[in-house]
Amino acid sequence: MKDDARFISKIAQPVRGLAHRFAYLSLIVAAFGLMMVGKVDAVLMERARTMVTDSVAPIMDTMSRPVESASQFFRKVEALWGMYEDNEALRGDNERLNQWQAVARHLEAENIALRELLNFTAEPEAGFVSARVIADTGGAFAHSLLLGAGSRQRVAKGQAVVTGAGLVGRIAGVGKRSSRILLITDLSSRIPVMIEPGRQRAILAGDNTDRPRLIHMTPGATLSPGDLVVTSGHGGAFPVGIAVGVVSDVNDKGGVVTPFVARDRLELVKVVDFGLQGILRAQPIEERPISAPVEEELDKAHTTTPIESGNVTSSGDSQDP
Amino acid sequence: MKPTFGQRLDIVTRNSLPVLFTLVLVLVNVVPLHIPGFSRIVPVLPLLAVYHWSVYRPELMPPLAVFFIGLIYDILSGSPLGVNALVFLTIYGVVIFQQRFFAGRSFVIVWMGFGIMAFVASVESWILVSILSESIVEPRALVFQYILNVGFFPLLAWLFLRWQHFYLRSD
Repeated sequence: MKDDARFISKIAQPVRGLAHRFAYLSLIVAAFGLMMVGKVDAVLMERARTMVTDSVAPIMDTMSRPVESASQFFRKVEALWGMYEDNEALRGDNERLNQWQAVARHLEAENIALRELLNFTAEPEAGFVSARVIADTGGAFAHSLLLGAGSRQRVAKGQAVVTGAGLVGRIAGVGKRSSRILLITDLSSRIPVMIEPGRQRAILAGDNTDRPRLIHMTPGATLSPGDLVVTSGHGGAFPVGIAVGVVSDVNDKGGVVTPFVARDRLELVKVVDFGLQGILRAQPIEERPISAPVEEELDKAHTTTPIESGNVTSSGDSQDP
Repeated sequence: MKPTFGQRLDIVTRNSLPVLFTLVLVLVNVVPLHIPGFSRIVPVLPLLAVYHWSVYRPELMPPLAVFFIGLIYDILSGSPLGVNALVFLTIYGVVIFQQRFFAGRSFVIVWMGFGIMAFVASVESWILVSILSESIVEPRALVFQYILNVGFFPLLAWLFLRWQHFYLRSD
């Protein structure tokens, strides 16, 4: 009996070792396979990703809350420290901003009057969803955040994510109750922008640093540090004029932009639905006279807030004397 | 004497705790900490755990679990799927292959071993991400992340070892 057992174990051990080695190697192959599939079919991988993030979203939401409260507490203590100086600075700001407000009111009135003169088509008013950042997926490579809102809250792929300070990124994947933001600093982020004073076009490209670069500048364009960078709305994915950052460095290849939004301070963000059917929806844009049916379509695509469409006319009319 | 059902359940639970705890670390890793600049260089906690368990108790960390830990980390961290699954499996494989070297060594040696393995992990993930994104990825954050990985290891290992002692004594 004993000999039998020894005999069996003598055979079984190398077999088991072989099986282990085989299992290990097949897992390595599986990992390589996943990378290949991810390279070929990004949509499939994104779907798999959202399934998992959806299922852990409630846990992440719960885990992120105490940390958030703690950081809010520390920020309050920090704020108490410099209250007097802050107050003085804010009084100064208030005075200055009151003057600006008067200027802005005047300009707004003028703008409305001029738009009426030109029969200008107003852009649809945006609806938005506020959502909490439930995970900052740290790491040296990926620049993405998880949000605690998904398709149930009418978040859709390609929408812009902003805070009061400016652009954060865009929605890269949507689950039922969670979604993933691709930050503007991510390697694969490309956003059409405009450099404010000259309205020169460029593409803002993330490069895994905290400061994305400007590429594909208009030939002959001039750039200087301190220039404001805003979204240009080209390609239809983003609306025009969301603040992105300032040009902080200029070199022969282009410029480097310091974004207004720092990812570490993000707690609540706004996902903005501008009702734009951009390149991300991959629908052919049909040329046809703009009339009532388009309004219906826009209404369908964009149900969170009513749309104020201005005087819709074909472009020929405005040139009439 | 045959173990009762309760005892068996107890053993199964205890044996699956290292894997479960590592999965929790994956989640802890992505909680937003709101510390400026930290999220870029936050240590890869599951890597530390995978190394620790493959050195001390490899039978409690099967390769399939290592693969899934890496995969879930990839999914949550937004890195290309499969990258960290492969990196974690590499670390696991090398440690198992060198098991004789690690057996009965002092903690400092194990820590130094981690210094080497974490370096391998950083370089491997950098190469993989660079190939997949078809560009040379800025590696500065990775250097700081490596330093934090090595710095955090004793803390996590101490926690694990304490727990292991308790677990072994009551075995």
